[in-house]
Amino acid sequence: MIPAAFEYYRPKDMAGVLSLLEKHGDDARVMAGGHSLIPMMKLRMADVPHLIDLQDVGGMSDIEISGDSIKIGALVTQTKIIDHAGLAEAAPILSEAALQIADPQVRYMGTVGGNVANGDPGNDMPGLMQCLNAIFTVIGTDGERQIAARDFYEGAYATAREDDEVLTAVIIPMPKGGYAYEKQKRKIGDYATAAAAVQIVSGGGACVSASIAMTNLSDVPVFSADAGAALVGTSVDEAALKAAVTAMLGDIDPTEDNRGPVAFKNHVAGIILRRAIARAWSRA
Amino acid sequence: MSKKMHVKLKVNGKEEEFLAEPRELLIYTLRERLNITGPHIGCETSHCGACTVTIDGKSVKSCTMFAVQAEGSEITTIEGIGNPDDLHPLQTAFKEHHGLQCGYCTPGMITRATKLLEETPNPTEEEIRFGMAGNLCRCTGYQNIVKSIQAAAAEMNAAKEAAE
Ligand SMILES: Cc1cc2nc3c(=O)[nH]c(=O)nc-3n(C[C@H](O)[C@H](O)[C@H](O)COP(=O)(O)OP(=O)(O)OC[C@H]3O[C@@H](n4cnc5c(N)ncnc54)[C@H](O)[C@@H]3O)c2cc1C
Repeated sequence: MIPAAFEYYRPKDMAGVLSLLEKHGDDARVMAGGHSLIPMMKLRMADVPHLIDLQDVGGMSDIEISGDSIKIGALVTQTKIIDHAGLAEAAPILSEAALQIADPQVRYMGTVGGNVANGDPGNDMPGLMQCLNAIFTVIGTDGERQIAARDFYEGAYATAREDDEVLTAVIIPMPKGGYAYEKQKRKIGDYATAAAAVQIVSGGGACVSASIAMTNLSDVPVFSADAGAALVGTSVDEAALKAAVTAMLGDIDPTEDNRGPVAFKNHVAGIILRRAIARAWSRA
Repeated sequence: MSKKMHVKLKVNGKEEEFLAEPRELLIYTLRERLNITGPHIGCETSHCGACTVTIDGKSVKSCTMFAVQAEGSEITTIEGIGNPDDLHPLQTAFKEHHGLQCGYCTPGMITRATKLLEETPNPTEEEIRFGMAGNLCRCTGYQNIVKSIQAAAAEMNAAKEAAE
């Protein structure tokens, strides 16, 4: 499994990356950990005449936790998220999700930026970032702009990022309340049959707010505002769970593939969401 | 063909320098260019872990990295971990506890396990199974691999205590 030939660049700064992207246009692609891109190149499903390795570009490898938000550089790996003590305190849903991605070797290499920029419906972090209402910072030759995770995904491998822009960071408003990332997969290292990211805030025995996003159940991650709304004001009892699942099923659009037929996926999605809500609520 | 690039890296403590096409995957560099055939090619699709090596302190599947990416890095393969005259405690433990049958996955298993024990010197069974999840074995059913890693951990911890 040998990829087609390509030119390789390892610029030392973002200006170098952007000028290569400008010069080669569609023929160039950036690479972070390479653990989505290289498998696709080996299968010759991705054709990348000009490969720009980001590993030497500084300023994208830090995790910064301030009073009301968390900033994660695009090159932060999944392993670093799992090992980061401050993050475990501030946003434990991140490591709970990262621990369910792939296997140890892949997590040493796979980055947050690559995972959210890739646009593969199977990636776990896009749904997670929609649940957390994260903002992505991208930079191009015309400067920087910010795109909400909930507006970023347009279709499989199609995102609001322009081809000549680089995603530099993910900014997450400080999460509140109970959390859960629940994922059904066929085996370790598999993408989700269905996954749910849930954050719930409780007050006086009732749900005050809830945020719910689903993974690999459509060609984009699905933020289900209606599923979250179905929990608000309830004590997250059986009726509320049922209403949330019904609302979520109205928002997803699974297709049949090697993970099963549509009816099965809807069934799994419902069970996974129930489990995620129950666990998040127990921690709220 | 694209132009060849100059690559310099260190494998098992030895400097290596060569010209390679950017598309050359590290596993081929190791096996075919440098004759370091401990890391194996199993699935070649980033799943099985037979090609696992340690690169700058990370366990990496060398079928999923280009040699040019590893430029400037330090790599350890099973050959750098022990040899027949001086086995690493993990190698001894795999031998004594039947941590292998056909042996194809073993170089990757042991290379990954060295890193696991560095990060978690006293792992529970669950931590071993989770930490070794990127390495597949089709013979043993994993039970004896877990036992081998536990035995090596005990041995290495005892040796460390004795040294202190
Ligand atoms: C065996 C295996 C199992 C896996 N299982 C899972 C899983 O269960 N869940 C999951 O979520 N993922 C899984 N992955 C994917 C893994 O998490 C990837 O590492 C991750 O999706 C991409 O991160 P990367 O840094 O490797 O990106 P790369 O492969 O380097 O890049 C992926 C894409 O994003 C683009 N890109 C990367 N960085 C940037 C940036 N900063 N700005 C703009 N574009 C960028 C690249 O051009 C490319 O198109 C698995 C991978 C393997 C090999």
